Amino acid sequence: MNVVATVVFVALFVGIAVLGFASAHWRKGDMNHLHEWGLGGRRFGTWITWFLIGGDLYTAYTFVAVPALVFGAGALGFFALPYTVLVYPMVFAILPRLWIVARKHNYITASDFVAGRYGSPALALAIAVTGIVATMPYIALQLVGIQVVIGGLGFSTQGLMGDVPLVIAFVILAAFTYTSGLRAPASIAVVKDLLVYITVIALIIVVPYKLGGFGNIFAAIPKEHLLLPPVKDGNLGLQSFYPTLAFGSALALMLYPHATTAVLSAKGPNTLRRNWVFLPAYSFMLGLIALLGYMAYASGIAKMPDLAPYFKQYGPQFAMPGLLLHYFPSWFVGIGFAAVAIGALVPAAIMSIAAANLFTRNIYKAYINPECTHAKETDMAKLVSLIVKFGALLFIVFLPLTYAIQLQLLGGILILQTLPAIVSGIYTRWFDAKALLLGWAAGLAWGIWAASLNGFKTSGYALHIAGMVIPAYIGLYALVLNFVVAIVATVVIRMVGASNDADATVAADYAG
Amino acid sequence: MSTPKKLGPLQFILLAIPCVAVLIIPYFNKLEPSVFGIPFFYWWQLVWVPLSGVFIAIVYKMVVPAGSGD
Repeated sequence: MNVVATVVFVALFVGIAVLGFASAHWRKGDMNHLHEWGLGGRRFGTWITWFLIGGDLYTAYTFVAVPALVFGAGALGFFALPYTVLVYPMVFAILPRLWIVARKHNYITASDFVAGRYGSPALALAIAVTGIVATMPYIALQLVGIQVVIGGLGFSTQGLMGDVPLVIAFVILAAFTYTSGLRAPASIAVVKDLLVYITVIALIIVVPYKLGGFGNIFAAIPKEHLLLPPVKDGNLGLQSFYPTLAFGSALALMLYPHATTAVLSAKGPNTLRRNWVFLPAYSFMLGLIALLGYMAYASGIAKMPDLAPYFKQYGPQFAMPGLLLHYFPSWFVGIGFAAVAIGALVPAAIMSIAAANLFTRNIYKAYINPECTHAKETDMAKLVSLIVKFGALLFIVFLPLTYAIQLQLLGGILILQTLPAIVSGIYTRWFDAKALLLGWAAGLAWGIWAASLNGFKTSGYALHIAGMVIPAYIGLYALVLNFVVAIVATVVIRMVGASNDADATVAADYAG
Repeated sequence: MSTPKKLGPLQFILLAIPCVAVLIIPYFNKLEPSVFGIPFFYWWQLVWVPLSGVFIAIVYKMVVPAGSGD
């Protein structure tokens, strides 16, 4: 056990827990209302929103998984870059409109918006369930980041005793989320991001210096890993998979319930617009983190006797923690590991709040207890946030890790199928709700089938067309099918006069 | 509160430029020219991250009037 690193790690973790509980009193509102507990009262300004969205989207799992992918697969792992470049120009106009209409009608979730826009509880239910299902494995994966760094501190993470530190971390997370709601991750995100930036900047300066510059690092990587393989015999291979994975992931990112929650908690539409300008700072850091994968490869730490056992147990996921352990003094290792662990708490808290908001608003209130009071609604959301986290914990403790990874991969494909209802709805009421439901079902069914073909291990599907083979992200192919079905069905439903034109919103609700 | 202007064709083009830049794989899927030992494939995509922020900032300035609130 690494005593100094553990002491620093535990001290930072305790400090964060105190901050989480204390933040209930920060800009205090009436906590009997769901928009106070679940959206922080929609009062976060530009800076807090920047930290919150950054802490929410660039998760601890990302910090561990992206260098791991580059370490193991080379150029393909760099798709995280085009992915995050694409996001902000695409959402520039879309999400401020969603914020405005949500404020006007007190919508807390994207499903609230869909229910109002289309007057269709069934479509809203489909969107809500998709969101919850896609979020659960994502929460579970955040635990992986914590597990890897706890292992790196020298504790065994195997057997039931090995899960004890993880359980402690999650009990703390559950407790402060319960009392403080979205204010907790918002305040913690500020500290977490500072720790992450310090760690990444130190790594990106020290490691290349010790390895003799980037030239040496890249020279140590096998040539075939550095670039996407060339097109061969009409098979586009990674050349089509890479951009479609980046594009599809970018489209999916903002549809996740935890993204909606962070976006709707901003103070106003211009707060969001300003954030699109400055959020790429996180993407740049992610790019540097991706390069850590190559540094870990070039440094040969995976074969060093003191680190090899970790790589044997955690695989490429130990690339980033391994670099910290090898090149830095123990106290700094404590800071870096705390950054990863706290970096897991922020998104896990927001995800559980988002899932709780969805369940409470679009399942409990819509179907089980429509007459519930504001206070009852908020109590229900707080309770569900506990259940959701407990479920994620059981998932990680009792099921193999590969299940969580595969389900998260599938979750991306599923959440993308909510795009036609949500994003089209922000601009037009042309689509019919039943048609959108059909499109959603078709996209889901095909997407799950396509993913099952390769045992849910990868998210690519090779389309054979006109003598060409075009491998692409399954979610994107499913989305095309989804749109085609929704358009055709809308036209047919209009023709037979069976359309439902209910709409709780008017054009003026979207401008501002 | 004054209302931001709608996005016109010029703004759409400005927002589309960084998106296109990171999707044209055949153009940047090569090792040279490298910078500080970083192959073209990597630095090209890295550089477009801050550049995307610059393009978004230009569009922001064009459509959001100064002092238009939160």
